[in-house]
Amino acid sequence: MRNSAWRTAIPLVALVATLGACGAEPATSQQAGGGEDSIKVGILHSLSGTMAISEVTVRDAELLAIEEINAAGGVLGKKLVPVVEDGASDWPTFAEKATKLIARDKVATVFGGWTSASRKAMLPVFERRKALLWYPVQYEGLESSPYIFYTGATTNQQIVPGLEYLKEQGKKKIFLVGSDYVFPRTANKVIKAYAAANGMQVIGEEYTPLGHTEYSTLVNKVVQAKPDAVFNTLNGDSNVAFFKQLKSAGATAESLPTMSVSVAEEEVKGIGVDNIAGHLVAWNYYQTTENAANGKFVAAFKAKYGADKVTSDPMEAGYNAVYLWAEAVKKAGSVEVEAVRKAAGGIELERPEGLVTIDGENQHMFKTARIGVVQPDGLIKEVWNSKEPIKPDPYLKGYPWATGLAQG
Amino acid sequence: MEGFLNQLPIGLSIGAVLLLIALGLTFTFGQMGVINMAHGEFIMAGAYTAYLLQGWTGRAAVLVALPVAFVVAGALGLILERLAIRHFYGRPLDTLLLTWGVSLVLQQLARDLFGAPNVQVQAPEWLQGGPGIMPYSRMFILALAIGSVVAVWAYLNRTGQGRRMQAVMQNRRLAATSGIDTGRVDMRTFFIGSGLAGVAGVALTLIGPVGPALGTYYIVDAFLVVVAGGLGQLRGAVIAAAALGLLNSFAEFWTDASLAKVIVFVAIVGFLQFRPQGLFVLKSRALT
Repeated sequence: MRNSAWRTAIPLVALVATLGACGAEPATSQQAGGGEDSIKVGILHSLSGTMAISEVTVRDAELLAIEEINAAGGVLGKKLVPVVEDGASDWPTFAEKATKLIARDKVATVFGGWTSASRKAMLPVFERRKALLWYPVQYEGLESSPYIFYTGATTNQQIVPGLEYLKEQGKKKIFLVGSDYVFPRTANKVIKAYAAANGMQVIGEEYTPLGHTEYSTLVNKVVQAKPDAVFNTLNGDSNVAFFKQLKSAGATAESLPTMSVSVAEEEVKGIGVDNIAGHLVAWNYYQTTENAANGKFVAAFKAKYGADKVTSDPMEAGYNAVYLWAEAVKKAGSVEVEAVRKAAGGIELERPEGLVTIDGENQHMFKTARIGVVQPDGLIKEVWNSKEPIKPDPYLKGYPWATGLAQG
Repeated sequence: MEGFLNQLPIGLSIGAVLLLIALGLTFTFGQMGVINMAHGEFIMAGAYTAYLLQGWTGRAAVLVALPVAFVVAGALGLILERLAIRHFYGRPLDTLLLTWGVSLVLQQLARDLFGAPNVQVQAPEWLQGGPGIMPYSRMFILALAIGSVVAVWAYLNRTGQGRRMQAVMQNRRLAATSGIDTGRVDMRTFFIGSGLAGVAGVALTLIGPVGPALGTYYIVDAFLVVVAGGLGQLRGAVIAAAALGLLNSFAEFWTDASLAKVIVFVAIVGFLQFRPQGLFVLKSRALT
């Protein structure tokens, strides 16, 4: 009896102690956005599961930005304190962790998300609680939430320039290959509308489930169709299998060039340079982009995380997000959400990708589009850019051929 | 027409991949009845073995890694069997939960050791390219699958150890009363089954991603082959793998990848309605 009584007692004691600790914790962080001399900011990416491969590096870049800002004296004289949460590649978890960051940790803003599914899951949480999310990845457009800032490209800053480049190169017959979810399907709608209006021909459209690794049939279909180029919106690990199997089927970058919008420096390493060298990608930033801000960013990233690490577009967009938010806070003189939103419009910063300006109207960024070719050393060399930052147009209102897409 | 004809070798090569990943499972799941969800992570261990050996052997890593990965994955399986699974024999649901947990731990371990991004294993020069739609890398996998099946068949039917293994599978208690050390046989079965997963992992580096999530992409397919082929039946697994590979290849050619998966699953469910035991059933006089 005595023995079993103890067995019940020990977990009880532990439970009470835990509850006590939980109860005590919020008392020290009651003030919105942190204590007297600190501001809490949330970071919410998948640190486990299938998306961890990409999102971990964005978290690293965001933590680097926070560290740099703190070293330079912080924001409004206060230090930034990151609260990192794991979205676990599971969309409901993103919504749940976002609620936790806003309600319990009372963070001033959240930097996070990667897949469109995770953003769509978090959107209602941020709108309902009137909190701020900074989303760092290129996406399919057709969205403009007042509580989200989009620091990655929308379609007219990445996919449309990619198509313009292919058209310029005389590639008329295009084969579309994508993962089966919202981003590739929406992107392909845009591509088909563009092709129809610009004398290009879409001769095939194929989707594979996320995580698909068997591409021999699809490669056979592509090879048989004899397109001038493949527009690739595959995501994640599928890219590795696709490029390995494309190469081993005898297709080269010369005979069958591909334009990818989800393959950056980080992915090139996993795909294997042998398999993808010479193929095209469309982004707004490459590790090789030349300017002072980028030199500093690349050096700082390598110093903190290792000389063998590479920097990529989404990492740079995450890194920018922290700086842009900090700039808006300085301008507003407060971390209060509505004040920051109002102050953010028109903010201009020299970033590693070049000049970035926040469009106050749709909360996207003016960004320079860049087409690159994968080099044998694994880095990407720019072969074309839009000369100046392109105004973000998430609903493609400025493009006559895109009429009707916003409704569909 | 050429595209259509191409699907025949493609189907066979998909079948070869399926057979390789399922071969180990015919031992652990088919013969011992252990639902080992960590089987996919043993495949991953094999792939990372090739990655690590690359530092010493360069492009020959894939060849050198075959025997090494067999031992590495086999040792992992042995440890798992000794430390955990053997306490759960006869409790399939508990084993399923236990090994699923182990698979999550192994995935996270890989992420901590090798980083979250995929790594690259360079294929040997002579495995690059190939005639038409059937690259050398696919022929290599086909040959490896055939070689593995022959080796497994010979082991089971031509060696004393293999015969004892079959005896334990057919009637554990009778085998034990006949003086066979069933604990030892279990260890050996698990070592070989897991080791074969390691071999499959090395082969997969030629065609797919090498990352922490590698195992999760193949585990369901592996179980499909074993269930459709009949538990513990080597020839069942071979025929099921070839049939599923061909079905997959032609279904995807006429529809698309997502629908092809659906068609394959529906076909298997339909098939199991008529033959719940799979293609081949072990005939024995045991009452159970």
